[in-house]
Amino acid sequence: MNHLPQAWGRPRNAILGAYNPSILQPSGPKAHTTSPIVTGTSVLAVKFKDGVVIAADNLASYGSLARFTDVKRLRTFNRRTVVGFGGDVSDMQYLDRLLLSLDIEENYGSSGHDLNALNLHTYLAKVMYKRRSDINPLWNQLLVAGLDGLDQPFLSSVDLLGTTFSSPTLATGFGAHLAQPLLRKVVDDEAKVGSVTREQATNAVRECMKVLFYRDARSLDKYSIAVITKDGVELKEDEELENQSWAFAEMIKGYGTQTV
Amino acid sequence: MTSIGTGYDLTNSTFSPDGRNFQVEYASKAVENGGTAIGIRCRNGVVLAVEKIITSKLLKSGGNKRIASIDRNFGMISSGLVPDGRHLVSRARDEAASWRTSYKCPIPSSSLAFRVGSYVQAYTLYSSVRPFGVTTILAGWDSETESRVDGQVGSGPKAALAGKTKGTKAGGPGLYMIEPSGLYWGYYGAATGKGRQTAKAELEKLDLPSGNLSLEQGVKEAARIIYAAHEDSKDKDFELEMSWVSSSDGPTQGRHEQVPKELLEQAETFAKRAMEGDDDEDTATGGGETMEL
Repeated sequence: MNHLPQAWGRPRNAILGAYNPSILQPSGPKAHTTSPIVTGTSVLAVKFKDGVVIAADNLASYGSLARFTDVKRLRTFNRRTVVGFGGDVSDMQYLDRLLLSLDIEENYGSSGHDLNALNLHTYLAKVMYKRRSDINPLWNQLLVAGLDGLDQPFLSSVDLLGTTFSSPTLATGFGAHLAQPLLRKVVDDEAKVGSVTREQATNAVRECMKVLFYRDARSLDKYSIAVITKDGVELKEDEELENQSWAFAEMIKGYGTQTV
Repeated sequence: MTSIGTGYDLTNSTFSPDGRNFQVEYASKAVENGGTAIGIRCRNGVVLAVEKIITSKLLKSGGNKRIASIDRNFGMISSGLVPDGRHLVSRARDEAASWRTSYKCPIPSSSLAFRVGSYVQAYTLYSSVRPFGVTTILAGWDSETESRVDGQVGSGPKAALAGKTKGTKAGGPGLYMIEPSGLYWGYYGAATGKGRQTAKAELEKLDLPSGNLSLEQGVKEAARIIYAAHEDSKDKDFELEMSWVSSSDGPTQGRHEQVPKELLEQAETFAKRAMEGDDDEDTATGGGETMEL
């Protein structure tokens, strides 16, 4: 062994001839994350007249393996905002710690002012866009749910490219295809948010979690749901899907192991 | 100080023949003129209080806070040169944050005191720097509940104890005072600044080691002691600033916060009444007047 790490663990030149250093690609492009490893699936959220309901299941998948079944993907910030994470779980943990240090720094001053959901979304959007510009993205799509500076319901999304958008209902991952149209039946327009009750919003989200469990192979029947209003965050992390009905399954034909 | 003028006090980190570091002793002199600051370690939390001398009528009342928060669960107050105190606050915040990056949990109060103490001590070792002109009181609450690692998203294996010992007690109140030499001790009650002698005498009367004083009583006593310690510099106006940190099931839920306005006012009323009581006794012996604020 010598002082060059590149030579460690290799036969000496005298035995096999000179080593071909081109396989080390010293001048090739530097690569960061190109795909997520342990992932969370959909996050759903709906605005109602007094706040926002947000939900995500408790599963972290390793590829198609249901690897961790008690993963809490809804994270509270500052006791008044909830961030729901879809995508890579380790990147979520990084962001969670980043938000913790942000919260600590924001509370150094005792001015009584703190960050609301709108401020937090702006911050996260900058973080995500910075990381994508470094070509080192955080592989997540986030939903930020809470109240804005005027205590109005706030719901907005930011993804691994730093793209942001908002709507009265939002869903990430599989839910963007399957749950979003169902949620839009409850409220499809910002102007109608004022007429949606907390029960309507909660029921719609719970129903969509069930539909997602039926159809999304990376989902779980255990989930977390949070309701954010002026009074704070009510977070339940050990919910289970109720009244499942798999009767429709018999009707499905044409894929899987079926030969009919 | 008989050795003054013998040349051993001209640079920092120089010993005199009888083993003293004069620059450090001079730094302690700077503390003796600072506003009185005290800390009381109660059964279920810690209180910090400071006598903030009003140096100008143009300063906003209630503004320019002197007690600083470190991480979530620590308060820090310095007596002496205010900018030196601010620098120490900044350093303590960095230490607490760096502990979190390394260990993914909040820093214990003993470790924070050790790190800040070591930092202060380092400034007694070199001729290129001067010691800190502050004595700092550090108050905190180490969580007594099972807390998650920062960024933890799951609960881990349910079958095993994962290296934990069941039924062990952890956490509790922490109160430390760090002097310009870097010397620090843990205290039941700590006082520094101009009125420290009066304040220490009052703190000793509270029987703090028995652990009977509740946090709410501690707030009242802290206010009273600051008012009592102010008696010697009565000609100057002052403002009382107080903060506290309680247990997880207490009023601040393990966080360091300013004492709420209503409670602060109650404590001040209590303190003023206690002072008036003292003054009545003084009148009997022929002196004293009512406290003005």
